[in-house]
Amino acid sequence: MNLARREVLKLGVTGAALATLPIGTLFPARSAHAAYPENAFKEKEVTKALQDLFGTDQTASGDVKIKAPDIAENGAVVPITVSTGMSGVESITILVEKNPSPLAAHFELSPRTDGYVSTRIKMGKTSPVIAVVKANGKLYSASKTVKVTIGGCGG
Amino acid sequence: MAKNTIKVRAKIKGGKCIVKTLIKHPMETGLRKDKKTGKKIPAHYIKEVICEHNGEKVCVANWGVAVSKNPYLSFRFSGASKGDQIKISWVDNKGDSDSKTATIS
Repeated sequence: MNLARREVLKLGVTGAALATLPIGTLFPARSAHAAYPENAFKEKEVTKALQDLFGTDQTASGDVKIKAPDIAENGAVVPITVSTGMSGVESITILVEKNPSPLAAHFELSPRTDGYVSTRIKMGKTSPVIAVVKANGKLYSASKTVKVTIGGCGG
Repeated sequence: MAKNTIKVRAKIKGGKCIVKTLIKHPMETGLRKDKKTGKKIPAHYIKEVICEHNGEKVCVANWGVAVSKNPYLSFRFSGASKGDQIKISWVDNKGDSDSKTATIS
């Protein structure tokens, strides 16, 4: 008798708990995000990668800060931080001009995400590192040359 | 599916949630040669990382082979509270994937 009551109560509690969850949890809305930019990652030139990503390679100078070492001891692990104080930031893109394929990373940010990303990239040799920020539909970019003593792309 | 590849720390600081994540992954460029056989080691890299807060995407990263091995990522967003859930998921070019959910402290 006691065992059966416990089972029934358990079922009831689970049911009640499920009912109180916001409907979104059970049927999560899969908000679409852009497809992986396969072609952009294969491009051998910065301008072409930008064309693939944004439909244009024209960028303006603006509030885009790149924090990166002046000299990277190890080209396989170069810490890069891109930040901006602008509002309406939609994406941040990092390119390494002299890498075999310049596009290194592209970040799509939600309206409540700051214009700030920090990551580590590979650099084959000394090269400008270019950061492109898309804010309010416009592209802004900045560049910083990072010297590389030991390349990080491979043999 | 890969397992236990993601470490994530999410903290509220100055009204924002600061997320730091480290993913264990070879991120092979496809350009390196195996020293013993002389053959190129095939490219094996994370293509997409999706970061969600309470089921909403706050950051989607598209990566190529130029992201370092055992990739690190940090970003910040607002509208989160201590105790909320943050989920990091990745998919690589071989179709492998992993995900981790953490509580914001």
